[in-house]
Amino acid sequence: MRKLLILVGALLIVHVVLLFVSPSGAAAPASRAAVNVGIVFDLGGRGDKSFNDGAYLGAERAAREMGARVRFIEPGEGSDRESGLRLLAAEGMDLVIGVGFIFTDDLTQLAKEYPNTHFAGVDYSVATNKDGKVIPPPPNLAALKFREEQGSFLVGALAALVGKSKKVGFVGGMNFPLIHKFEAGYIAGVKRVCPDCEVISQYAGVTPEAFRNPGKGKELALSQYQQGVDVIFHASGSTGLGVFEAARQTNKLAIGVDADQYDEAPGFVLTSMVKGVDNAVFDAIRRVKEKRFQGGIYQYGLAEGGVGYVYDQHNERLIPPTVRARLEQLRRDIIEGRINVPSTR
Amino acid sequence: MNRRTLEESLLPPVVALLLAAVVGDVLILSFGQSPGAVYRLLLEGTWGNAYGFGQVLYKATTLTFTGLAVGLGLRAGLFNIGAESQVAAGGFVAAVAGMLLPAGIPALLCLPLFVLAAALGGGIVGAVPGVLKAKFGAHEVIVTIMLNFIVLALLNYLTSAKVHVPDTLHTPELKSGALFRLSDVIPAFHGSAANATILLAVIAAAVFGWYLFRTRRGFELRAVGLQPRAAENAGVHVGGVVWRALTVSGAIAGIGGLNYVLGYKHYYEEGFASGAGYLGIAVALVGRNHPLGIVVAALLFATLSQGGLVVNALVPKQMIDVLQAVVILAVATSVPEVRRMLRTSRRTAAT
Repeated sequence: MRKLLILVGALLIVHVVLLFVSPSGAAAPASRAAVNVGIVFDLGGRGDKSFNDGAYLGAERAAREMGARVRFIEPGEGSDRESGLRLLAAEGMDLVIGVGFIFTDDLTQLAKEYPNTHFAGVDYSVATNKDGKVIPPPPNLAALKFREEQGSFLVGALAALVGKSKKVGFVGGMNFPLIHKFEAGYIAGVKRVCPDCEVISQYAGVTPEAFRNPGKGKELALSQYQQGVDVIFHASGSTGLGVFEAARQTNKLAIGVDADQYDEAPGFVLTSMVKGVDNAVFDAIRRVKEKRFQGGIYQYGLAEGGVGYVYDQHNERLIPPTVRARLEQLRRDIIEGRINVPSTR
Repeated sequence: MNRRTLEESLLPPVVALLLAAVVGDVLILSFGQSPGAVYRLLLEGTWGNAYGFGQVLYKATTLTFTGLAVGLGLRAGLFNIGAESQVAAGGFVAAVAGMLLPAGIPALLCLPLFVLAAALGGGIVGAVPGVLKAKFGAHEVIVTIMLNFIVLALLNYLTSAKVHVPDTLHTPELKSGALFRLSDVIPAFHGSAANATILLAVIAAAVFGWYLFRTRRGFELRAVGLQPRAAENAGVHVGGVVWRALTVSGAIAGIGGLNYVLGYKHYYEEGFASGAGYLGIAVALVGRNHPLGIVVAALLFATLSQGGLVVNALVPKQMIDVLQAVVILAVATSVPEVRRMLRTSRRTAAT
C-alpha cells in the first residue's frame, strides 16, 4: 500500500510538471482574419486514399493558397457526427463540411439551427417529396454532388475500345443508388461505342461492408475474367484492391475509381475514374472566402472538372492515340449536351 | 467497507488515471502541443459547458448499460464480449417495434413495450452463448466474439435489404414512443443528445445492485462466479445460473440500444453504438463490477470519448484511444478478479 502511495505521488509530480510545458508552435485559437473551415470525416475516414482523403487534400490546398485555417474532426460512433458538426459550428467556423452522404440529416438540421454559418455536404443526398419534386437544402447549405455517371461513361467507352473480347465487367461495392450511377453511366458508355458488347455487372454486397471486402472483390473479378472479360471497372472502395489483384494474376486490365489508383497495380490499371472531391471542397472554401457562397445543389460533372479519367505518362501506352481522340470527342459531346448520360439503371 | 478495502478498491483506478495522464502528457508533447492547454480544452468541452456535459451524459448512458451487462457476466465468472452486437440487436428490435406501432400513443404507455423489445433483442443474442455454455461447455468468450460478427452482419443485411429508408442506412422513424430530451426540461442542454433514457440507466444500476446483493439468485450468481465447484456442492444448479446470467447480460446491453433509438434519432442506424460494447468491458473492469463503480467509470470513458472530439483539432483521435487503453491495462492488471482469473487459467493450463 505504501508503495502504491509513493507511485501516486511520483506520477502526480511528473504530471503537474508536464502540464506547464508548452512547446513553441502550439496551436493558436481560430483567427478572425482568415477563413475558418471545419471538416468532419466519415467514420474511419482518413487514409482511405479516395473520398475522405480527397476532402483533406482540397482543404490543405485552401490552407496553402488562401491561408484558410482548417480543423478536422474524426468521429467515432453514430452520435459523434452531429456532435462534431455542432462543435465546429458553435466555435464560429465560417464553413462546416460533412464528408459523405450519411451526414445528410445532421447537416440539414444544423444548417437550420445556425443560419449564419455556411455548410457543405459532399455527396449530400437531396430528398424528394411525394410528387417527386426536389426539396431544396436550406439556403446556407451547399450540396456538393458529382455526376459520376459522366466519368463512368467515358471509362466505359474506353473499356470497350481497348478490350478485344466484346465483354467488359463492372464490380460495384454496396448495391444502392449511388453506385448504380456508376454502373448506368459505364454501361451507356460501353454501348455507345460498341452496341453489341456485353457488360457483366456484379455487386459485392448490400451493406457498407461491401466497400471493405477485397477478398470478395478478387473472387468476383476472377470469375469475370474467366468468362472472357478483359477490362473491369470497379466502384467499390477497398474491395477494388481485390479486383486489381485479380487483374495482376490473370494479366488483364482494371479501371480504378475516385482517385488515381495506378499505384495499386502498375501496368494493370487502364485508367481511373477520378472524382474531384478535392476541387469541390476547395471551390466551396474559395466561395466563402470571396463572400459569394450560396446554398443549393452543386453538380460537378465533366464540364466543371468534377469527374474525369486519368491519362498520363503511366497509362498512355495502354491507350492508343485514336482511342484517346475518340474519348475526347465523347467528352465534348457530353459537355455540349449532345449526349445525355443516364444516371439510373 | 473498512479503510483498507476502500483503499484497495480506490487506489488502482487512481494510479491508472495518473498513469494515463502522464502517458497523455508525453503524447501531447510529441504532437507539439501543450499538455496543459489540451487537458484544459478537454475539460472545458466536456464538463465545462452544458452542451458538452449533455453529450457526456448521453454517451455515459449507453456505456452504463454495456458496463452493467459485462459486469453481471463477470460477477458470474463469465466474460461477455458480445455486448457490441447485443446493443445493436436491442436497438434494432426496438426500432422495428416502433415502426409497427400506430402513431399517437403516449411515450409512457409504450415505454415498457420498447424496453421489452430491446431486452428481447439483446437477450436472444445473449442466450445463445449461455445455452451453448450450459449444455455443451462451449467457451462463452469464443461464442460471443463470433456472434458479434454474425449478428452485426445479419442486422446490416436486414436493415439495408428490408427496412431502410432509400438513400440512407437507417430505418424509418418510430411512429410513437420517442422519449424527451433533457434539453426539453433544461434548455441549457440544447443540442445535446442526452435524453430520458438516462433515468432507465440509473434504475438499471440500482436493480443490478439489488439483484446481486439482496436476492438469493444474485447470491447464487456470485457464488458461481467465485467458485463454481463449491457452489455446485452447496446445491446451486451451475448450468442454470450460467445461461440465465448471459441472457440477462445480453438483455441489459440490448436496453442500452434505446438510448439512440428512443432518445436520440428515433431510428436504428447501422453502427449507431459502434465501440460501446467493447468499451463496456473497460467500464466494468474499471468500475470493479459494482453498480456505482460502473456508473462512475461510464462517466469517465464518456468524458474521454467526447473530450477526444473536442481536442481532435490539436491531437489525433488515436491519442484518446491510447489513453483509454492505458487506463484499461493499468486497472485490469490491478483488479483482483482479473488476477484470479489469470491465476485459475494458469492453474488449469498446468494440470
